[in-house]
Amino acid sequence: MSQRYEARFAAVGGQGVILAGEVLGLAAQKYQGRYSIQSPTYTAQVRGGPTKIDVIIDDDPIIYPKTTAINFYLSLAQGSYDAFLYDLRDDAIVVIDPALVTKWNPKYKTFQVPIIEMAKLKIGKVIMTSVLALGIMVELTQAVPKEFVEKALLGRVPKGTEELNLKALRLGYDVAQDLLTKNG
Amino acid sequence: MSNGSGRTDIVFWSGNEIVAEAAIAAGCRFYAGYPITPSSEIAHVMAERLPEVGGTFIQMEDEIASMGAIIGASLTGKKTMTATSGPGFSLKMENIGYAYMAEVPCVVVNVMRGGPSTGLPTALAQADVMQTRWGTHGDHPTIALTPAYHREIYFSTIKAFNYAEKYRIPVMLLLDEVIGHMSEGMKVPDPSEYEIFNRIKPSVPPEKYFPYDSSFGDVPPMASYFEGFRFHVTGLNHTKTGFPTTDPDICQREEERMIRKVMKDAEALADLEEYQLDDAEIAVFSFGSTARGARVAVDEARKQGIKAGLLRAITLWPFPDRQVHELASRVKAFVVPEVNLGQMILEVERTAHRDMPIVGVNRVGGVPIPPYEILSKIKEVARNGR
Repeated sequence: MSQRYEARFAAVGGQGVILAGEVLGLAAQKYQGRYSIQSPTYTAQVRGGPTKIDVIIDDDPIIYPKTTAINFYLSLAQGSYDAFLYDLRDDAIVVIDPALVTKWNPKYKTFQVPIIEMAKLKIGKVIMTSVLALGIMVELTQAVPKEFVEKALLGRVPKGTEELNLKALRLGYDVAQDLLTKNG
Repeated sequence: MSNGSGRTDIVFWSGNEIVAEAAIAAGCRFYAGYPITPSSEIAHVMAERLPEVGGTFIQMEDEIASMGAIIGASLTGKKTMTATSGPGFSLKMENIGYAYMAEVPCVVVNVMRGGPSTGLPTALAQADVMQTRWGTHGDHPTIALTPAYHREIYFSTIKAFNYAEKYRIPVMLLLDEVIGHMSEGMKVPDPSEYEIFNRIKPSVPPEKYFPYDSSFGDVPPMASYFEGFRFHVTGLNHTKTGFPTTDPDICQREEERMIRKVMKDAEALADLEEYQLDDAEIAVFSFGSTARGARVAVDEARKQGIKAGLLRAITLWPFPDRQVHELASRVKAFVVPEVNLGQMILEVERTAHRDMPIVGVNRVGGVPIPPYEILSKIKEVARNGR
């Protein structure tokens, strides 16, 4: 179980984090050749309810398909942050958007990144929030090599949006590098 | 460890998407349904894929009509399917009974969520297992499959169609929310890895044909509508012609045949994963997504010196009576985790038929039973004998 890696992306329905999880899972299994399972959770509302996607990556076939010890947790909304703050390892890395998550548990190493504003200002589309978040996650954690994430992303997004998605993903890498530099 | 070469032949489908793709591979060419979480992805894929293969998708006004539609389409010779979840499954029950009585092949998928009533629309449960067996009124056999891994979902879906065709009954494919929603990479099975069974057609001319003629065996050959064969269909007890009767002898004989046609093959229908059972002292009985956590719990128990094993039902109904009974003579106790308040444990008690500890691990809050909860029950039973 030592090589098992668990990540959770949480938001409110409509923010697109399900895509981030799907791309990460694809990258690990289809392109890197490991095993992965991803499970989305959402409420009965189409938009606005707390939603999350859990991604499990392992070098061996995954038997238990749900999370037990999460390494990485990202949340883009307070309600979701509160609802899905469980199964985290004590040394889990947490990323939040401080515009929407104002109260967080200091027990976990928590990075505050204005992800939604960055997507709006630097990419020009709020819809790129989840891909930007994925870029941050990948660079911060090195859970899956970037080349595989990029392949998975390009294979998954609609035609004509590849360049914009890649731009958002790579902006995420830069943001994460800044965080790492500042936080040692 | 990863080789970095990748596996481009891998697909990353959710359990629901696999059901839809496998149904098409099995020959399903008609789907009628009414969308409901957590089963809707099955309808999504069928709506897109069926027209590509010359099939028909129809969204009906409700679940009752959906069930009626797949029965009607099946009578024309098509392989048909519908998918739903608890509330819709309840609505379908009347017509499911009709399909049993009229002996119409079809596949009904129930992706289980919390209940009763609308319950927990997006959350896990395994609480429809007894409803699957006895939800419609009257005596009838039940075939229900509970796959837990992704290629297994594919094969189980194909088997569901094969059994429907072979026995002329509605077959239940019973997923749960975790199995339906999670995506797990897999290689799509090659057609050489499975067999397809098609219903037996009449070998006699139309004037000699009867739709319920058991002189050809317990499963009468089935003509399709519009091929020139006279075929009356009713939910009433009927003679071999399909027309109603109240003759006690005929009713008795025919109802017994309808159960016998499935139950005489119970051994062949049994499909079980036996894991670490050879020297086991504590057997875990489980199915669906819960069984995956149970397997991890068994591994952990073994590491801690407890001889635990897992019996996982892939065919849940007919219940593996003989296998559980025999296992009960070899082990000291059963642990039965299930996401309900104790349903399949009743079958384990019935078939074990022994004075021995048989204890449940139960949750109904919409979340899975984690391996450590099953493990702690195994340890408790190992320590206290109950």
